[in-house]
Amino acid sequence: MKDTFINRKYIVMGLIIVVSLILLIRLFIIQVAKDTYRLSADNNVLRHVVQYPARGLIYDRNNRLIVFNQAAYDLMVVPAQTSVIDTVLFCELLNISRDIFRERMDAARSYSRRAPSVFLRQISAETYARLQEKLFLFPGFYVEARTLRKYSKPIAAHLLGYVSEVDESILRKDPYYRPGDYIGKLGIEEAYEKELRGKRGVKIYLVDVFSRIKGSYAEGRLDTMAVQGEDVISTIDMELQEYGERLMRNKAGSIVALEPSTGEVLALVSSPAYDPELLIGRVRSENFAKLNADTVGLPLFNRALQASYPPGSTLKPINGLIGLQEGVIVPSTKFGCNRGYLFVGCHSHSSPLDLIHGISNSCNAYFCQTYRRILENSKYGSISEAYDKWKGYLNEFGFGKKLGIELSNELPGLVPSTSYFNRYYGKDRWRALTVISMAIGQGEVGTTPLQMANMTAAIANRGFYYVPHIVKSVGQGKTIDQKFLSKHIISIDSANFEEIILGMEEAVNGGAGATARIAALRNITVCGKTGTAQNPHGKDHSVFVAFAPKDDPKIAISVYVENAGFGATYAAPVASLLIEKYLTGKITNSAMEQRILELNLTGR
Amino acid sequence: MKRNVNIWARLDKISILIFVLMLIMGWFNIYAAVFNEEHSRILDMSQRYGKQFAWIIAALIIAVFVVVIDTRFYFFFAYFIYGTLMFLLVLVLFLGRDINGARSWFELGPFTFQPSEFAKFGTALALAAYLNQKKLDLKKPSVFFTSSAIIIFPALLIALQPDMGSTVVFMAFFIVLFREGMSPYIAITGVLMIILFFLRFLINNQYLILSLIGIAFLLAWLITRKTREILLGILIFGLVTALMYFLRNFLFRDLEDERLLLVALLLSGMVYAYYFYSRKAQSYILIYVFLAGSVIYINSVDFAFDRVLKPHQKERVEIMMGMKSDPRGTGYNVNQSIISIGSGGFLGKGYLKGTQTKFKFVPAQSTDFIFCTIGEEWGFAGAFVVIGLYTFLLLRLVYLAERQRSFFSRVYGYGVVSVLFIHFFINTGMTIGIVPVIGIPLPFFSYGGSSLIGFTILLFIFLRLDASRTEYLF
Repeated sequence: MKDTFINRKYIVMGLIIVVSLILLIRLFIIQVAKDTYRLSADNNVLRHVVQYPARGLIYDRNNRLIVFNQAAYDLMVVPAQTSVIDTVLFCELLNISRDIFRERMDAARSYSRRAPSVFLRQISAETYARLQEKLFLFPGFYVEARTLRKYSKPIAAHLLGYVSEVDESILRKDPYYRPGDYIGKLGIEEAYEKELRGKRGVKIYLVDVFSRIKGSYAEGRLDTMAVQGEDVISTIDMELQEYGERLMRNKAGSIVALEPSTGEVLALVSSPAYDPELLIGRVRSENFAKLNADTVGLPLFNRALQASYPPGSTLKPINGLIGLQEGVIVPSTKFGCNRGYLFVGCHSHSSPLDLIHGISNSCNAYFCQTYRRILENSKYGSISEAYDKWKGYLNEFGFGKKLGIELSNELPGLVPSTSYFNRYYGKDRWRALTVISMAIGQGEVGTTPLQMANMTAAIANRGFYYVPHIVKSVGQGKTIDQKFLSKHIISIDSANFEEIILGMEEAVNGGAGATARIAALRNITVCGKTGTAQNPHGKDHSVFVAFAPKDDPKIAISVYVENAGFGATYAAPVASLLIEKYLTGKITNSAMEQRILELNLTGR
Repeated sequence: MKRNVNIWARLDKISILIFVLMLIMGWFNIYAAVFNEEHSRILDMSQRYGKQFAWIIAALIIAVFVVVIDTRFYFFFAYFIYGTLMFLLVLVLFLGRDINGARSWFELGPFTFQPSEFAKFGTALALAAYLNQKKLDLKKPSVFFTSSAIIIFPALLIALQPDMGSTVVFMAFFIVLFREGMSPYIAITGVLMIILFFLRFLINNQYLILSLIGIAFLLAWLITRKTREILLGILIFGLVTALMYFLRNFLFRDLEDERLLLVALLLSGMVYAYYFYSRKAQSYILIYVFLAGSVIYINSVDFAFDRVLKPHQKERVEIMMGMKSDPRGTGYNVNQSIISIGSGGFLGKGYLKGTQTKFKFVPAQSTDFIFCTIGEEWGFAGAFVVIGLYTFLLLRLVYLAERQRSFFSRVYGYGVVSVLFIHFFINTGMTIGIVPVIGIPLPFFSYGGSSLIGFTILLFIFLRLDASRTEYLF
C-alpha cells in the first residue's frame, strides 16, 4: 500500500501535542501561577456576616432605664448573586413600590456587584418574620440583625443624642467604622460612643450559588462574637427631667439642674424639645429634616449649652462676692438708690440698702457702685488691671470658657478681655462707667444656662464646683474621667459666700422688696436670684438661678424662659416647682404648677 | 481470506485501559459535581451519578457487542448505518423534543436519545467506506466534494436543530481528508479562515486588511525578488486607493473603509491581471487570489457574524476574545469555570471539597463543565493527568490508525481521532477560556447516556477493526 501522504500523520500528531501543550500552559497559568482565582472562589462561597453588638443601655441616676434596644433587621443584597425574582411578591412582602425596588437595586449595583450593601434598612420584626419564610425565593438577599434605640419615655432628647449611620467623613477619619455602622451623634450617645458601641463580631458562612447558607466556615473557629456595649449610668433624674420638660412645654428656654456637691447634672432641658423616637429607624432622615426646618422653635438647638444670653441680674451675686473679696465693700456697705445710678435705671425700692438687701431687691445702683469700686480699686495701677482681676474671678466661676461637660456642642460664652475694650474704645480711653452695664449682667458678657447653673452650684458650695457632667459611671465599676472628680476652688473666702447666700435667701424668703418671693417653699430654704436677660429681638428673657436647701444644698438650678419678661414672673416659679419636686417628690402649690403648665408663650 | 485470531487478545489493551480509566475518573467527578449529603448512595438512580453508573454498564455491554460483531458488518453496512442515522437526524427535526429551543432529542419513554452523538461514528464509517476505493485522489474536485458532502450533510442537519456545538464537531472530519491527501491549499485556506475570523475581533478591519496587503507584497517579493515589479504593484494599488478615497467624497459617501479597500484591491487586480496573463506569473496569481479571498472573507465575516450566529453565540465569541466583559451574564459560565479551575491550585482542594463545585457556581457541571470539577478538586495535577491521558490516547489512536492495512480502517481511525480531538480541545479549552463556549461534552467524562454510548461505539468499532487488521483486506 503506497502512501504518499504518510508524513501528514506528523502534522496531525503535532497538532494534538501543540493543543495539549497550550491547554497545559493555560492551566498552569491559572492554577499555579496566579492565585487571584482562589480569592475569587473564596469570595464566592464565604460570606462574612457582621455580628452587630447591641449598644449599651443608658440608665438614670436611680437605675431606671432610659434608653434600651429593639431588634431591627437590615435586608442586605449582593447584586452579583441575585437572579430573576418575583418582584411583585418581593415588593409586597416589604411593602415597597417597584420604583423603590429598582432604585435600590441600581444603587446597590453601582456600589458593588460582589460586596453586600443594604437594600432596605431597619425592617420591622413583623416584616422580617413574613420575609424570612420566603427569603429562599430571592437569592442574593439576606438579613442582618441590628438593634435600634428605644426610649422608655419621650424625654431628654438633647441630653441623650441619637444614633445614626456613619457618614463619609467619619469613615475617612476613623478606621474602626465601616459603611453601614451606627454611631452616636450628640449627647451621651456621642460622648460615650466608644463605651456604648461594644465590639463587632463576624461569622463566616459558606454559601452556595443561590446565596443560601450551607454551614459555617472552618467549624466556626474563625468566628468572633459580638461584645455588647457597656451600660452607662447617667446622672439624670428621669422624673425631674420629665417634669422639667412638662413645665417648659409651649415655652422656649432651658433648665439646668445640678447636684452642687458633685457637679452631676440632674436635669437638662432645652425647650422646645422633641421625642427622641423621631430620630430612630427609617423615619429618621425625614423627621430630622422636619426638625431642622423649624427655624423658629429650633428644636434641635440645645439652648442649655448653645445659647449665650446676657446673665442679667443673676450676675449680681458674683459682683457682690468680688467686691467683698477685693475689700471694696463690706456686708454693711450701703449705697443709696434713687431709681437708678447715673444712666442705669432701677426700680422703686427702699434706699439706701446694704449688700443683703441690695441682692434681695436686685438694686442696680448698688452693684453699679460696687462694680465701679472694683474697677477703680487703687490697689491696681489701672482700670485694665482691675478689670483683668475681675475677669479672672469670672473665669474661675467657669464663665467665658467651656466648662467641659461631655456634650460636644457646649459654647464658651463670653467675658470680654481688656483688649476687646481697647479695640472698641481705644487704649486707656475706657473707664469704669464705660463698661458699667456689666455690673448688672448686661452688655458684652454672655453666659450659657449651664454656666449659670454651675455658678449657682459654686455659690451653694461656698466656693468650689465640680465640672458638670452627665454620666455617673460606665460599665462594671469603671470611673468617669478624672476631670469630673477634681474640685475647682474659687479664690474667694467662704465667709464672703455666706453673705451673698444670705442675700439670695432674702431674695426668696425676705420681706418687702424681695424680688423672688414667688419661689419660696414651705420647709425648704431656697436661695435664689432673679434676672432679666435683655433680648434685642423681642421681649426680655426671664431668668432665675437658685439652690436649696440653704445649708445642705442638694440642687442648684438655672431656669431661662425666653420672651417671658422679668425673672420672677416665670423662671422663678419653674425653678421653685423643680426644687420642690426634686427634694420632696411632690408639689404643694398646685395652682402655680397649673399656671405654668398652661402658660403658652410660643403661640402654637 | 479469513484468518482465525482471538479477537479479545488482539484488542489494543492500552486504549482500553485508558478508556476504562477515563470512565472511572469521569464517574467520580460526576459524583462530586452533583454530590449532596442526602443522596450519598452510589447507586441512587434519582441522581446523575446513579444513572451514569447504569450508562457505564450499558456502554461496556455495548462495547462487547461492538467487538463481537464481525468486521465485515461495519464495512458492508457503512452506508446503511450512515443512511439510517441521517434519516434519524431528519426525523428528529420533526419528532424531537424541544429542549431549550433545540430539537436534538428523541424521547422514548423514560429514555432520551440524541441521534447526533451516533451520527459521528456513522459519518466516520461512511467516509471510510467512500475513501476505501483505491486510487481515489482527494485532489480531484469530484472526490473532495463527495467526501465533503458526507461530512457536511449531517452537519447541516444538526445545524438545523440547531446545535452549533455538534455542527462544529463534524468539521473535524476535514482532518481525516487532510491526512488522506486533500489539497494543502484547502487546509491552509481553512486554517486561514479560522485565524482571520478571530483576528478580526482583535484588530480593526481596515488595519487587518492593510496588513494582509503588506504581507502579500512582502511574500511576493520574498518569492520573486523582483523589487521593481513589486514597487510598481504597490504604486498601482496606492494610486487606485487614493483615487477611491478621493471619489468617495463625491460619489459614495456611505462606503466603509474596509469595503473601499476591497474595491481598490479588486480594481488594481484588474490592472495586475494583464501582467499575470502576459508573464504567466503563477506565484503572483496564487498570492493575489489568497489576498483577495481573505479580504472578501473579512468583509463577509461581519455579515456572517451578524446574520448566521445567534446573539448569545456572538457574545460567547466576543467574551472569549476579551472584547466584552460580562461576568454575570453570558460570561458567567466561563468566569465561574475559570475561577473553579484556577482556585484548584497545584494539588486541588481535595475530592468532594471543591467549594465552587459543591455550591453549584458552575452551571452544567456534570455535563459540559465536568473539567471544572477535575480542575478544582484535583488541581493542576489532576488536570495534567486528564490532558495527559487524552493526549496519549489520541497519539495511540493515530499510531493504531497508521498501522492499518486497509484504507477503510485507517480512515475510520482518523475519524475517531478527529472527533475525540475536537471534543477534547473545545471542551477543555472553553472551561479555561481559550475557546468560545461551545456546549459539547468531554468524551467518557461528561454525564450523558447518548454521548457515552456514542463515543464508546465510535472507539470500539475502531478497536475491533484494529484487532482484526490482519483478518481481511478490504
